[in-house]
Amino acid sequence: MTEREAAAAMTRRKLGPSLRGWFQDWLPRLVLGPSFLLVLIFVYGFNLWTLFLSFTSSKAFPTTNLIGFTNYMRLWDWTFETDPPSNWYTALVNMGLFGGLYIFFCLFLGLLLAILLDQKIRGEGILRPIYLYPLALSFIVTGTAWKLFLDPRIGLENALHDWGWKSFHFDWVVDPKMMIYCVAIAGIWQSSGFVMAMFLAGLRGVDGEILKAAQIDGASTYQTYRRIVIPIIRPVFFSALIVLAHMAIKSYDLVLSVTGKNPGGAAELPSTFMYSYTFTRNQMAIGSASAVIMLMTIAAIMVPYIYSETREQNR
Amino acid sequence: MKFRAFLISTALTAVTISYGTLAHAADVKEVQMLHWWTSGGEAAALDVIKQAVAKQGYAWKDVPVAGGGGGAAMTTLKANVAAGNPPTASQILGYYALEYAEQGSLADISSLANKDGWDKVVPVALQKFAKTNGKWGAVPINIHSVNWIWLNKAVMEKIGGTEPKSFDEFVALLDKAKKAGVIPLALGGQPWQEATMFDSVVASTGGTDFYKKAFVDLDEGALKSDTMKKAFDNLAKLRDYVDPNYTGRDWNLATAMVIKGDALVQVMGDWAKGEFAAAHKEAGKDYLCYRFPGTDGSVFYNSDMFAFFKVPADRQAAQLALAQVTMNPDVQSAFNVIKGSVPARTDVSDAAFDICGKKGIADVKAANAKGTFFGSLAQNYAQPPAIATAYYDVVTKFMHGGIKTSDIAVTELVKAINAAK
Repeated sequence: MTEREAAAAMTRRKLGPSLRGWFQDWLPRLVLGPSFLLVLIFVYGFNLWTLFLSFTSSKAFPTTNLIGFTNYMRLWDWTFETDPPSNWYTALVNMGLFGGLYIFFCLFLGLLLAILLDQKIRGEGILRPIYLYPLALSFIVTGTAWKLFLDPRIGLENALHDWGWKSFHFDWVVDPKMMIYCVAIAGIWQSSGFVMAMFLAGLRGVDGEILKAAQIDGASTYQTYRRIVIPIIRPVFFSALIVLAHMAIKSYDLVLSVTGKNPGGAAELPSTFMYSYTFTRNQMAIGSASAVIMLMTIAAIMVPYIYSETREQNR
Repeated sequence: MKFRAFLISTALTAVTISYGTLAHAADVKEVQMLHWWTSGGEAAALDVIKQAVAKQGYAWKDVPVAGGGGGAAMTTLKANVAAGNPPTASQILGYYALEYAEQGSLADISSLANKDGWDKVVPVALQKFAKTNGKWGAVPINIHSVNWIWLNKAVMEKIGGTEPKSFDEFVALLDKAKKAGVIPLALGGQPWQEATMFDSVVASTGGTDFYKKAFVDLDEGALKSDTMKKAFDNLAKLRDYVDPNYTGRDWNLATAMVIKGDALVQVMGDWAKGEFAAAHKEAGKDYLCYRFPGTDGSVFYNSDMFAFFKVPADRQAAQLALAQVTMNPDVQSAFNVIKGSVPARTDVSDAAFDICGKKGIADVKAANAKGTFFGSLAQNYAQPPAIATAYYDVVTKFMHGGIKTSDIAVTELVKAINAAK
């Protein structure tokens, strides 16, 4: 090796790591940059734009004429005695009904299915995808199918009448007071399989030794699950709850497809309220105000969750 | 302004994804037409215009957005206009056209209007929507009226019914049908349909002057009056004659019930006639058309218009060609024979029309001369959309039991309208 080659090798050694180091530092940033920029503009930028619109007097098209909190005041301008209930109040009540039923039953059925599948039964490989499959359908397909199924003229009621059960009566899907429950049924059918999969993964993570110990101690199956397994998989509950809660709040296509365009606002949810006021009723400012309220609701659920997650990682 | 337009357009473009967007660069020899004419009778009528445009050497690019009342179509249109990518023309209803005109989004086709003398032949009430500051930006293709009832003749004969001349007679007729075991009233429980029916009920209950005072002038005294309460009570009477599964039904399915003889009567604008025609039914032989009992002599109209947007200069020729075709008397006649409406020009012969069409044309002429020609509130021709939808809310809640009494209904109506102003 000549002196010159040795010097070149030296510089290569010096340059190499630093160039590679520079790449290592910058590559992730370069890769993430465009998507970060897009999210910044299209999510956070438009969040701010919506926030701004909610303080204006926009009707069919956006204006920059600021009118303060008037739109929010109009949304919250009701009491529990107001008869008939205002559209926004209806949307909130339906949200409570739908969200509560949807979350509770998805967790309940999901856990039940997971525990039953976890009994080392034959055919689990076939059953699991069957329960999971509804998740692969979009809400609009689920909704339309359930609408046809529940429709008294062509669906379940009609079929049972044809088979001779004449007194059977089930017309929730065309009854404005019961519509929201049909939406909940379709939603639960769609999502409980997914919750089941989450729980199943959690159950598989439980240490077999503990279960054996419980068996030796003479615990019944019920006690084992009730006192040992379910407390162990508590974090799964929390994750499932978060996923279900935001799915419930942003449900839109499901409502429209199950109820047939939400006649008369009977199954109004905040999401359908926001869309109709912003885009079809030409009250963009009111729609924006409702969107801001929805965002805050979701943030109220997500922020503590994200905070607790990051704190755990830092620990 | 530019930046704002950009913001709006991006926000709205997301909305259009669900409906499909327009082709990005429109060909200069092509007419892009956004509309919501997707039912059988409507599509057949639109074909008349397609053919006529083809004769002028322009290709037709259909942009249909389904949904009877046009709500979805209006959303798509708004997004495309805001994105700087407007169609050549779009089907539009009165106040929406004015909104675009105020925004300065509409083209000026006055040169053609003056050349062909539209000012003299289009009813003055309609010109209010087609012209802004004396400039034509839209053309009316038809005049529909909402105060019609459509009856299945065979069912009518079976139950021995006669033409009802007043609201009470109408209720008596429905009662007859109910006793005979036919569904008396075919209705789709969608807000716009219920409100369209209520337009007629109000006119029938209080008379044309009352209708004008309440819905055109928005006179609070009239809106709160006992007459309005009675109108709501009358609407409640009609509610007893619909079948239990009416919620959410589309209007053309309700028309089909009358066509098939499952139901006796539908209260609907004369676009329903297009469905009868598409099913090869003949007026006077298979079905009967009467003015809504108690509203004969008045016309509560809406009109389908084509709005023309500001487009690049090389696309204007296609626009003018479409405008000229649309206003051509022969096209107006052929189109409206199929659609069930009457021509938007007062100089078109009624030779090609059936008895319902002839009556419609005569009624429009008479009402226009007598001053009983008013826009339908339910169809966005009496008030801007925000007020019309507030009206829908109240009528629908009343129909479906959310509002229990007519006293509450009128209070709510005043409240809702004031909030939407």
